[in-house]
Amino acid sequence: MSDPFLSLRNIRKSFGATTVVQDFNLDVGQGEFVSFLGPSGCGKTTVLRMIAGFEEPSAGQILVGGQDVTRLKPNQRNIGMVFQAYALFPNLTVAQNIAFGLRVAGVAKAEQDDRVAEMLSLIKLPQLGDRYPYQLSGGQQQRVALARALAPSPKLLLLDEPLSALDAKVRVALREEIRAIQQRLGITTIFVTHDQEEALSISDRIAVMHQGVAEQVATPFEIYNRPSTRFVANFVGTLNVLEGVVTDERRGVVQVAGSDVALADKITKQKAGDRVSLALRPETVSLGEGGGQQTRLNGKIAEVSFLGSVIRVKVAVGDDLVSLDTFNKPQMPPPRVGDQASISFNAGDVLVI
Amino acid sequence: MKKAWAWLALFAGILYFALPLIGMTEFSLKMRRGEYSFDAYAKVLGDPRFQQTFTYSVGMAIVTILFGVFLIVPTAYWVRLKLPRLRPFIEFVTLLPLIIPAIVIVFGYIRLYNTSSWLPLTGSATGTNLLLMFGYATLAMPYMYRAVDTGLRTIDVTTLTEAAQSLGAGWFTILARIILPNVLVAVLSGAFLTFAIVLGEFTMAALLNRPAFGPFMQLLGANRAYEPAALAVIAFGITWGCMALIQIVSRFAPKAQSQPH
Repeated sequence: MSDPFLSLRNIRKSFGATTVVQDFNLDVGQGEFVSFLGPSGCGKTTVLRMIAGFEEPSAGQILVGGQDVTRLKPNQRNIGMVFQAYALFPNLTVAQNIAFGLRVAGVAKAEQDDRVAEMLSLIKLPQLGDRYPYQLSGGQQQRVALARALAPSPKLLLLDEPLSALDAKVRVALREEIRAIQQRLGITTIFVTHDQEEALSISDRIAVMHQGVAEQVATPFEIYNRPSTRFVANFVGTLNVLEGVVTDERRGVVQVAGSDVALADKITKQKAGDRVSLALRPETVSLGEGGGQQTRLNGKIAEVSFLGSVIRVKVAVGDDLVSLDTFNKPQMPPPRVGDQASISFNAGDVLVI
Repeated sequence: MKKAWAWLALFAGILYFALPLIGMTEFSLKMRRGEYSFDAYAKVLGDPRFQQTFTYSVGMAIVTILFGVFLIVPTAYWVRLKLPRLRPFIEFVTLLPLIIPAIVIVFGYIRLYNTSSWLPLTGSATGTNLLLMFGYATLAMPYMYRAVDTGLRTIDVTTLTEAAQSLGAGWFTILARIILPNVLVAVLSGAFLTFAIVLGEFTMAALLNRPAFGPFMQLLGANRAYEPAALAVIAFGITWGCMALIQIVSRFAPKAQSQPH
């Protein structure tokens, strides 16, 4: 990235003796949609609040559009924010809520009205300008909150778990709407979530956070398929981990549960005799021989869960459990717990972590 | 059986509170021999001292309310927003006027601000009025603070403040356009309570020698028979009127359910 729009440089935040964010570095390009993904308490919201100006970094620098905003007050940053709890002003109508930032900025009344109408049509609620927040559903309130944040044309849009309080259907619809609006306006956006599906589906890039550190910053495809750390691999998607011992690092051979597993590449970080963890996504593993998959391991059926269209099977391979999904075929009975079984997968799908 | 006891307790309670009031009201209507009349009320309302003291106390009540709002709303807001750990201490401070008698407070004022002190407020009528207003504000503080604090509890002060800040608002705009309108009903409840306290207060006004309604009620009570009862009924009427206004205003409270259900 040649010229980042938002730069977080060596950001650290401590509350007393507790450091909640450390050495956080991130460059975000103009118009990019970046998600902070991580479990509760990983520091993602703290970073967002530092960008917004609600928390002051203990160290480091925040640059927006080349300007150092680290010590600027929140009301001087021109950064729009949408909160998990909507935070609409209860005493103001929808239109007044949307116009609030414009009114504070001293924009002329006629211009305010035009902008409010434009924003209402953007969020597809043109008829609700006179309603009060309590007269709207959760999804509608959050759309109004989005319009309110966008109305003063902020440099940056921050979304702090905006979908967490909504039910599943509304969440999916609204996240697509947020992405569409973001792309239409081309506004640089930071989205905080603990929901991996949300982050994977709408982000240009994801920063996976753990204990105050960005473990990996990459595209959703890379995060899912090429996790750089064990935490990322475990946190994003379901992962099967097989413990093994390296037998030939140059040829990339690992012994797992008494069988050799040949990897696609040589092993660089461990040498022969070292313990190593191999990770497999459930969708890369087949029960039985599979269609042309190269590697096979024997085990025993440990658990079978019928989920309707699919059957989730857990196979015990040595001391490890490998979870995989097979399609439900009514003419074929599901496997039974205790049966001998084999699993197969391609060497290229194995992640060494 | 349980229900019967409940009704009996309720009836006894009503009798306990209502009988003296009924008796007093009946007595206030007996000024004319042999028939009920409003003579005592006419006499009280026609007394120029009534009009003078009542106007004075109403004026003082309005000033006290304004002072209380400007002092309590930002304080309670700031404590909730930035100093939540200080809340128990602030609550204790606001309760002190209930423990310290008004006479102690007013003697303290006189001692501190008399004509030979560094700030001789009692040396002029305006200064003494100011002192009396501070005294009233102190007496009303437990009620005003609690009313405002309860109002603030119904809204998400922190998030609303941050939302307003992210939209470019400064502290004054946030307080005036977001916080105050959302706790207005609570503020009005506190205001009506303050109004009732100021109208009935005797000790401070008497010791600071101000022409307030409280001392006038006491003076009338000491020298007349029927008029004090009429005045007491009027005072009750004002207090109840204030309480009714609190109820009415509460119905127009802005709904604060703009939070996730």
